[in-house]
Amino acid sequence: MESAQIVALVPRLRRYARALTGDSHRADDLVQDTLERALAKFYLWRHGSDLRAWLFTIMHNVFVNQLKARRELALDEALEQGLPSAPQSDPLELRDLDAALRRLPPEQREVLLLVGLEQLSYAEVSKALSIPVGTVMSRLSRGRERLRLVMSGTATATNLKVVK
Amino acid sequence: MSNFTEADLHAYADGQLDDARRVQVEAYLAHDAAAAESVRVWREQNEALRALYNPLLNAPVPQRLLAARPSRGRWPYYALAAGAMAMSFGLGWMAQSYRADRFVEAAALPRRAAVAYAVYAPEVRHPVEVGADQQDHLVKWLSKRLGNELKVPLLTQQGFDLVGGRLLPGGKGPVAQFMYQDAKGQRITLYVSVRDAELRETAFRFSQEDKVAVFYWIDGKLGYALSGEMDRASLLAVATVVYRQLNP
Repeated sequence: MESAQIVALVPRLRRYARALTGDSHRADDLVQDTLERALAKFYLWRHGSDLRAWLFTIMHNVFVNQLKARRELALDEALEQGLPSAPQSDPLELRDLDAALRRLPPEQREVLLLVGLEQLSYAEVSKALSIPVGTVMSRLSRGRERLRLVMSGTATATNLKVVK
Repeated sequence: MSNFTEADLHAYADGQLDDARRVQVEAYLAHDAAAAESVRVWREQNEALRALYNPLLNAPVPQRLLAARPSRGRWPYYALAAGAMAMSFGLGWMAQSYRADRFVEAAALPRRAAVAYAVYAPEVRHPVEVGADQQDHLVKWLSKRLGNELKVPLLTQQGFDLVGGRLLPGGKGPVAQFMYQDAKGQRITLYVSVRDAELRETAFRFSQEDKVAVFYWIDGKLGYALSGEMDRASLLAVATVVYRQLNP
C-alpha cells in the first residue's frame, strides 16, 4: 500500500534528480537512496500531508550527504594524474541547459529546480530544504540571474569560480 | 518599485500570487520594461526546464528503483525513534536494535555491490577509472582512500584478468571496486568497503540480486563482495580463491 504511493512518484523524483545531478547514473543512485530511506521511515510521514514534498526533503538530505562525499573525492582526484573523466552519455540537446545548471552552486540549483521544474510553492521549498522563505527567494533570485548569464555566455568560468 | 519587491516579481512569474496581487503586479509591469523583461526571462527558464526534463516522466523506471527496499541509516529521525523506544524498553532493547542494525548493514553490502556491478560491468569505454596497466598506482590510491591496505587477488588461473578498478561512494564512505574479465568478456567485480564496526568475521554468504550473483563476507574492518552474472557454483569457486589469497 504505502510503497505503491511512493512508487507512483518515482518518475517525478527521477526527473528532479536528473536535473539536479546532471548525470543519469548519479540521479538513479540518488533516487534509490531516497526511496530506501523513505521506505525505512515511512511511518514518520503524516497521512494527509504532501508525500511528494516529504520525499523531496529526504532527497535533499541524501543529496547534501552525497555532495560532501563527492567533494572529498573530487579533491583527491585533482591530486591524482591521468584519470579519465566521467562518460558523457546524454543526447546533445540536453547539454546546454544541463551544463549551465551545473555551473550553478548546488543550493541555488535546488531552489531553481524545485520552483521552476517541480512547481513547488515557496513555502513548500522552504520546508523541503529547511531554510527560511527569505533564503529561498534570495537563492532563487541569484540562481535565475546566474543561469541567465551562463546561458547568454556572459559568465566565464573564471568569474564563476570567484563567486562560489 | 516602491510597492513591489523582487520577490513579488518572482512570485508573479511563478504564478504564486493571489488574483488581487497579480493584477497589481501586472499593472506595474506595464510601466517598468526592465522588470517585465526579467519576468519574461524567468518564465522562459521555467519553460525550458520543463521542456528539457519532462520527457523523463515517461521514461521506463529501472527495475532496481522499483525494487528498492527500506534502508536503515544514521538519520536523525531514526536516532530520535531509537532513543524514545530505548527509554521505554530499557537498555536491553537498545543492545538488540544495535545488533539488528549491524545485520541490516551487512545485508546492504551485496545489494550495493550488485548495483555497482550492474552499472559498471556493461560499460564498454570506461569500465574502470584506473587500468590494470597502472596496478601499483591503483592499489596505492584505493588503499589510501579506504584507509586500509588493499590487496588485489590474482585470478588468471581461474581465467580472469584484472581490468582495473575505481573508487565509488558507498553507504558510509569510499568503496573500491576491482573488475576482472575472462577471455569471453564475462566480467566479475570485487567490491571492498570499510566497516566502522568492531572487528569480526563472517562466513561466506550468498545473495542473488536480480541477475547478479553475489558472494560476500566480512573480514575484520573490510567487507568484500564478489559479483558476477554467473551460476552460484562457478562464482563460489572464484570466491574461494579470492578469500584464500586475501587470507594466506
